[in-house]
Amino acid sequence: MWRGVLGGHGGPPLQRFLHVGRLAWAGTGARPYSDFCMLADYFYLPEEATLTAEQPEPIIRVEHLRAEFGDNLVFEDVSFQVNRGEIFVILGGSGCGKTTLLKHLVGLYRPTAGQVVVNGVDIVRQDPQQMYRMRVGTGMLFQAGALFGSMTLAENIALPLQKYTDLSRETIDLIVKMKLGLVNLSGYENHLPEEISGGMKKRAGLARAMALDPAILFFDEPSAGLDPISAVELDLLIKSLNAGLGTTMVIVTHELQSIFLIAHRIIMLDKQAKGIIAEGDPVYLKDHATDPIVRNFFNRQPMSA
Amino acid sequence: MKKRLQTDKGFTLKTQVMPNGDSQVFLAGELRLQEIKAFEAEVQGGWPQATTGRTSLDLGGLEFIDSAGALAILELQAGLQAQGVICTLDNAPAKIQDILNLIDIRKLAQPPLLGGGREENFITRVGDGFLEFMHDMNQVVSFTGELLLGLAATCVKPRLVRWSDVILYMRRVGVEGLPIISLIALLLGLILAFMSSLQLKQFGANIYVASLLALAMVKELGPIMTAILVAGRSGSAFAAEIGTMKVNEEVDALIVMGMNPMYFLALPKVIATMVTVPLLTIYADLLGIIGGLIVGVTLLDLTVYSYIQETRYILTVFDFVSSFIKSLVFAFLIAAIGCQRGFQVRGGAAAVGTATTSAVVAAIFLIIVVDSIFAIVLTYIPR
Repeated sequence: MWRGVLGGHGGPPLQRFLHVGRLAWAGTGARPYSDFCMLADYFYLPEEATLTAEQPEPIIRVEHLRAEFGDNLVFEDVSFQVNRGEIFVILGGSGCGKTTLLKHLVGLYRPTAGQVVVNGVDIVRQDPQQMYRMRVGTGMLFQAGALFGSMTLAENIALPLQKYTDLSRETIDLIVKMKLGLVNLSGYENHLPEEISGGMKKRAGLARAMALDPAILFFDEPSAGLDPISAVELDLLIKSLNAGLGTTMVIVTHELQSIFLIAHRIIMLDKQAKGIIAEGDPVYLKDHATDPIVRNFFNRQPMSA
Repeated sequence: MKKRLQTDKGFTLKTQVMPNGDSQVFLAGELRLQEIKAFEAEVQGGWPQATTGRTSLDLGGLEFIDSAGALAILELQAGLQAQGVICTLDNAPAKIQDILNLIDIRKLAQPPLLGGGREENFITRVGDGFLEFMHDMNQVVSFTGELLLGLAATCVKPRLVRWSDVILYMRRVGVEGLPIISLIALLLGLILAFMSSLQLKQFGANIYVASLLALAMVKELGPIMTAILVAGRSGSAFAAEIGTMKVNEEVDALIVMGMNPMYFLALPKVIATMVTVPLLTIYADLLGIIGGLIVGVTLLDLTVYSYIQETRYILTVFDFVSSFIKSLVFAFLIAAIGCQRGFQVRGGAAAVGTATTSAVVAAIFLIIVVDSIFAIVLTYIPR
């Protein structure tokens, strides 16, 4: 489906619209070295590459990541890859550094050593122009949504569009409406974040994270603090967006239900091991993991004291 | 008066010494948190000594205990065992035993993981305080530098800053601050003129009230007072706003969206403050002088014309310009400190409160320091 969007020869109207939008943005990249040029650059994706990429193609590569905060060693040597288009789940018990790892992936933290390449951009070097490229190509949903409290939902979602595109107000409004529709929040344009529930805030945050149609979306505990039904709804939304738009999703969670529902592949972190203790398909790991910690986690067995 | 939990005794404690020297204790009834005190008192009171070192604590009659009651029983057992008495808990009903099983008495001996080593001596604390201060200064300086670079970049490329935000904050800092600044400036003028007139009248120097007031307001009081008011009203608000955004991960969200929080959050506030504070200062100067005028005309028999003439005679353009520049610097300090303290917030609500206080205190401190520097420098500038 994702390739279809990029190919632009079909798909539902929404995707055709997106494709036209992309062309419009790419077509106006006339001002050299401006912000906008970089955006156009990003959207000018090599079509052949994506069309032929049937075999897994890594979009995030982490190699020998080491993270220390003062005396506190969180990761000793973490390496893994995320493939384009998959739902990749980072899981582990409380305090094992799931969120820390995520913050390393989006460049909020800088690793002590190692390499993190996201969407072809080396995060560790933090070259401003490169980082800019990477930011446009990624979105992140924070635990509580992190919507800006002084702005309405529409303004929140429009913010990245205003910053990174030269689209007219009307077009931006239309895109905002479409994004709100995607997350089932149609009609909430003029609500302030404080006027909606926690689950809705998360969905609005998701709409904002998706505003620029990023290639990668990061989620920090999407189901935390949601009732089981809202959590499942959000999971299904993530799943359908992944299937529809082909967005790569990197999700930090410890909810077993949502892992089995959505994850294509997982890695499991452990506090004692200071790194990854399992990697692969969750359903397979549930029955075949050799590490007792992994097996107990998947089967909801407490670690016997 | 503190209202205590009821201390009605719900339990009975009966002891019996067996012929062979063992002792048996029957605990019956209910043992809850509010009865612990009575229980302790009773235990410490008449406790039969087991002669052979065997005590059986019979819990058969217990109807109810809560976790505090269970702890009391286990502590009692542990205490006896520490004295060399073999103490057994017998006949506990299943429910009671379940509660007793919940409590692991060994966990009470676990020392805290973080040492409660707060008993640092005076010298360590002074050293720590100094290091913290240096770290703080370091951060302030680097933040100020970044902010200045940002300001310069904005001059070259105005699109970097959201100007709608600048207007919003100009309204918050300027327009909404007008009432309080008017009131204080006017009253200050009145008071200053009134108090000085009491002295100057004795020498028949009534007319000099005008020059005293003009100089005092324009050179010192106007800029300083406005700056302190703005620090209290807006510097604190900036710190609280950014601090809360930090706590809610909104600042992280900005970074992830590729927006520099410096441009998005700090610069609009700094620019708005730097535009409005000098204007507010001039406004405060004028109102202070009007306050003096009111006193001069009503109490000192001066005419409006002569008062204004005297004021015009004593004030130079240089005074106004230096006052303007001074307030510009104050404005920068207030906004910069407010934002910096906001960005420093880590943790939760308490940290936001600390940041807010610290923003105001640091701003006022810096205002006074910078003002003294200005006073000295301006005195020696040839004009």
